[in-house]
Amino acid sequence: MTTQRTDEDLADAGTQSPPGESVAAAGARTGRFAGLGQGLQQMLAFGTLIALVIIFFIASPNFLTISNLSSILLSTAVIGILAVGTTFVIITGGIDLSLGTAMTLCSVVTGLLLANAGLPLPVGVLGGIAMGALVGLINGFNVAILGLPPFIATLSMMLVAQGLALVLSGVRPIYFNDVPGFSRIALGEIIPKVPNAVLILFLLALVAGIILRKTILGRMTYAIGSNEEATRLSGINTRRWTLAIYTLAGVATGVAGVVLAARLNSAQPQLGVGYELQAIAAVIIGGTSLLGGRGSILGTIIGALIMSVLINGLRILAIQTEWQTVVVGMVVLIAVFADNLRKRRAEGGAHK
Amino acid sequence: MSQLLRVEGISKEFPGVKALDGVNFELDRGEVLALVGENGAGKSTLMKILSGIYSPDAGRIVIEDQEVDVTGPKAAQQLGISIIHQEMNLMPHLTVAQNIFIGREPRTGPWLRDAELNRRTKQLLDDLGVHLLPTQNVGNLTVASQQMVEIAKALSFEHTKILIMDEPTSAISISETQVLFRLIRSLRDRGVGIVYISHRMEELHQIADRVTVLRDGQYVGTRRMDDVTDDEIIAMMVGREISAAYDDRQEVRTGSADVVLSVRGLSTKNLLRDVSFDLHRGEILGFAGLMGAGRTETARAIIGADPMSAGTVTVEGRELHISGPNVAVKHGIGYLPEDRKRHGLMLEQDVTFNVAMASLSANKTPLGFLREGRARRVADSFIKSLRIKTPSNRTNVKTLSGGNQQKVVIAKWLARNCDVLIFDEPTRGIDVGAKEEIYKLIKQLADDGKAVIMISSELPEVLRLSHRIVVMSQGRVTGTLSPDKADQESIMKLATQNIEEVAA
Ligand SMILES: Nc1ncnc2c1ncn2[C@@H]1O[C@H](COP(=O)(O)OP(=O)(O)OP(=O)(O)O)[C@@H](O)[C@H]1O
Ligand SMILES: [Mg+2]
Repeated sequence: MTTQRTDEDLADAGTQSPPGESVAAAGARTGRFAGLGQGLQQMLAFGTLIALVIIFFIASPNFLTISNLSSILLSTAVIGILAVGTTFVIITGGIDLSLGTAMTLCSVVTGLLLANAGLPLPVGVLGGIAMGALVGLINGFNVAILGLPPFIATLSMMLVAQGLALVLSGVRPIYFNDVPGFSRIALGEIIPKVPNAVLILFLLALVAGIILRKTILGRMTYAIGSNEEATRLSGINTRRWTLAIYTLAGVATGVAGVVLAARLNSAQPQLGVGYELQAIAAVIIGGTSLLGGRGSILGTIIGALIMSVLINGLRILAIQTEWQTVVVGMVVLIAVFADNLRKRRAEGGAHK
Repeated sequence: MSQLLRVEGISKEFPGVKALDGVNFELDRGEVLALVGENGAGKSTLMKILSGIYSPDAGRIVIEDQEVDVTGPKAAQQLGISIIHQEMNLMPHLTVAQNIFIGREPRTGPWLRDAELNRRTKQLLDDLGVHLLPTQNVGNLTVASQQMVEIAKALSFEHTKILIMDEPTSAISISETQVLFRLIRSLRDRGVGIVYISHRMEELHQIADRVTVLRDGQYVGTRRMDDVTDDEIIAMMVGREISAAYDDRQEVRTGSADVVLSVRGLSTKNLLRDVSFDLHRGEILGFAGLMGAGRTETARAIIGADPMSAGTVTVEGRELHISGPNVAVKHGIGYLPEDRKRHGLMLEQDVTFNVAMASLSANKTPLGFLREGRARRVADSFIKSLRIKTPSNRTNVKTLSGGNQQKVVIAKWLARNCDVLIFDEPTRGIDVGAKEEIYKLIKQLADDGKAVIMISSELPEVLRLSHRIVVMSQGRVTGTLSPDKADQESIMKLATQNIEEVAA
């Protein structure tokens, strides 16, 4: 997936409209499938999720217990928050590889502010989120203003953030043992049996869903991903919107950093690499197109749940972690394939 | 009253091309000014300068006695200039309404008011007499409907004083063109100044008050439409006489008995019903019909680009299962798509790359290395014979003018040397001089024993070139005519046949 993206990005780097649109507009077609497509893919993902739950339930009695479900949700939280943020970026036709290490950097910043400097809790939390926003802003600047391909821009940022996290922390974990109440951010239960991290994920997803569907920012996200040149020619400052979208994704990264630190009660500077790919995988499983213009938050949440149900279930069945990774890879493949099938059917079988 | 728009001494240079060289023109309120010139003359470039997409190297733009600086598309909108671009610029994943009001969505703070958006769009579409749903996804519309969305978008700016239309009719049918002309006239009567670019002479007579001619980036002159003949305009455009432009009658030849391609009972899931016809060696078979009649779909089904649900395709007496365009090419069937930007060209590559694309097997060594030199020579020969206006064979096709891009697509297929060639709207967006050259080429191909299918919405060219004319309507063949018995009226009658029946 990663390598494939390189090519597309390099091809996309010019001002031309994204590839893949050719599929969309071939000839006389009715609008019948237009609204349906998105819903269909979501239903497919949702069906998969339910099927997985049933399969694991049959395979192991330990799967469908309250405590296991709660642990599945908890393990979805961080990836889910990252995925929600990066859904915006992917709908614009971009990609963000710096998610994972940037999240770690945010954890470390929060650690420095709270554990080392002893500042009040809100300052630490906001500091971590602000760090995320800053990283997003810089990514957005590199992509929108300097015109770098998103793949390259965020790959560099991935390394920069990783290095900074190590330097700032002195390559040692920062523990929050002396910060009362910090771990409650993730592990407390305002709603009984539902860890706060999960609550944060769903609240964030709700807000993101509303932004995407109901606000001008969301409209611009789809427009840019659908045809950036056309959007620009419509008199819209696409650079500014792209900047805003990457910054927004950065905010989500910051939130994920704080939640992760709270869950582990520590900032682990070595952690982070690999999270970005899991988050991107969740987005794709949820039916968002890597080519831009199409996608939804609901799909992303379902995608993230599929990933964690799968991993949890395989673990309960005592399958080696190495094989778990293989399975997740295959699921991403199947998701993209299913999306392709659906698209082809919707167009009455156009093109290859 | 002050003059609406005056453009003085505009120049613009691209690497290797002087696209505009000191061009002037004037536009009054309530007039339609036709802007004509050969492919690559600089028409679109001039309009892009007016709409803030390019900035001029020199010159002034004066609107109502005020010198203005059009810094971008937004600035142009604020100055009351709106434009319909030659190449479509829509967002396929968004709805009709979302496209039309992009950047001007009705909203409260950051909140979109989609109900209001759809209401306004419906109002606009109703006013324009366009039958589209505001909530339809643009990506699912036909090219013609997409063009109507573009037009609706340009007309949706309330304070438009200057409306630029860069070949708005190149993708729409006659009836839609008449709708558009009605709109243009009503805008003109409201005092809007309209710049209208087209390669279709008959349209200019219907709609334009004056005509300004450009040639090779230079201003040639302006005439009142009433005082000038087609031949005079063409002479101004090309700077030489084009002989026999309109009285070149085709010699009627009965297609020889041997059938090259035979299609029987072709149907597809969505549109086509029982399409049957024969194509003979040396024959030019015209396909006429309205937009969406199923002509392109027929071609695509034959070459295997879309699956067929029933029917057979027989090539040289052998019934074939053509599973894709690659198989079609192997059996000597080439298809030149109507939408060059989406399906015909690799926009990021140079002219040679594109010309060589369909004939790579002839341009490689046995080990698979590309014969760069040979490919470039082939490209050069087509640049010459088709008069493709390009600085060199290494130029990116993206930077060529629309008509010249179309010529590159044609060159690509001529280089492949197929037995059956399907041309889908081969002269769309091509200037008069180049059209003649393409007609000559198509005739030459037929004379050399190749079989040609020519899908075209321009009836005059179908009538002039074809040995027989197949007319389609709503996915069916409604008649096959011989050109000496056919005229525009009889074709239109067949082309609208089912539609009337359904309406009655
Ligand atoms: N962005 C660009 N970069 C380089 N050259 C360009 C660019 N845009 C246009 N040109 C060149 O400028 C010249 C004028 O092109 P333009 O598109 O204005 O022609 P046109 O009159 O609109 O032709 P057509 O009738 O084919 O649309 C052409 O030679 C074209 O190749
Ligand atoms: Mg042009």
